[in-house]
Amino acid sequence: MSYKQDKTEPFWWGLFSAGGVVAAMLIPVLIYFVGLAEPLGLVGAEVSGYEAMSKLLSHPLVKVVFFVVAVLPLYHAAHRIRFMLHEFGVRKLILPIHYFCYGGAIVGTGLAAYILFYLF
Amino acid sequence: MSDKTIGIRVTRFRPEQEDAPTEQVYEVPYQEDWVVLDALNYIKDHIDGTLSYRWSCRMGVCGSCGMMVNGEPKLTCAAFLKDYYPNELVVQPLAHFPIIRDLVVDIDDFMDKLKAVQPWIIREEEKPVAEGEYLQSPAELKEFKQFSQCINCLLCYAACPVYGLEDVFVGPAALALSYRYNLDSRDEGYAQRTVVAASSEGIWECTFIGECSVVCPKDVDPAAAIQRTKVETTTNWFKSFLMPWGNK
Repeated sequence: MSYKQDKTEPFWWGLFSAGGVVAAMLIPVLIYFVGLAEPLGLVGAEVSGYEAMSKLLSHPLVKVVFFVVAVLPLYHAAHRIRFMLHEFGVRKLILPIHYFCYGGAIVGTGLAAYILFYLF
Repeated sequence: MSDKTIGIRVTRFRPEQEDAPTEQVYEVPYQEDWVVLDALNYIKDHIDGTLSYRWSCRMGVCGSCGMMVNGEPKLTCAAFLKDYYPNELVVQPLAHFPIIRDLVVDIDDFMDKLKAVQPWIIREEEKPVAEGEYLQSPAELKEFKQFSQCINCLLCYAACPVYGLEDVFVGPAALALSYRYNLDSRDEGYAQRTVVAASSEGIWECTFIGECSVVCPKDVDPAAAIQRTKVETTTNWFKSFLMPWGNK
């Protein structure tokens, strides 16, 4: 039998893997702050209010961190969805699925870059 | 012998007389110290000599008595009746492999894949015997020892949902053995094995479900071997991209 050599696979898996680490380690903290602590009033507006957040985001290093946190999990999701569809028996349209999943992540990357580095 | 008995529901498939596998229930004496293989041997010796199954060492070394016991891949020489008594026990051939007869499956597919990863020490140039052995330190042995415990029992293939869906997948045991030889300080066959191990049918088919490591009777942990191979391949990929002048 012949074995296909797909040279792009390590690249996508690398992003998937990095996205998994970010999603597991950092997203819960963000969910806690934005989804729980702030609405429940556990932290004041001086910590997580709009003014405080936009001031925080004005620092370029913070922008980079937020960019990484927002973007890498997109590639994690893209890779997972691609494999999940495959395991659910979707064996046709392999190339369109690739374009849809990774393309979506790339569009998300552009959007995050636009918002973080252009709008702010 | 005690008066207690236990029902064993066994898959039967006799291709000369039936088109599809059927089941047959045997009532076997229950002994607390019996394993499932003892029960099968009792059936073979005392009830029905036509029952076919593979076994040899009956002590977890040969890897030939792997079957599905109540739906789980087990070495039948290590699955005790007392863990299932008084309920009826279901014994089926290993999942994901074609059945040849009763509990005997066709493992040719695995044998081809095992050979493909070249699970032996590869040298670019063999040194003459007169120059002595290839020495290895205890630390170098420790690197790969865990992955060399594989007995090719194929429980990991029966447990792997990916192999069930995609029979082209090289699979847990073969990939773990590929990794084991790559880790060996005496080996120089990395490039040859990578063509198979890091192909689309190799590590990239694996979605890290981890059942292979759960069912492994020798604690080989094929899932870890595959994940580490992924990390290694990815690191090499980025290195070759960032430092094209490097070797890998």
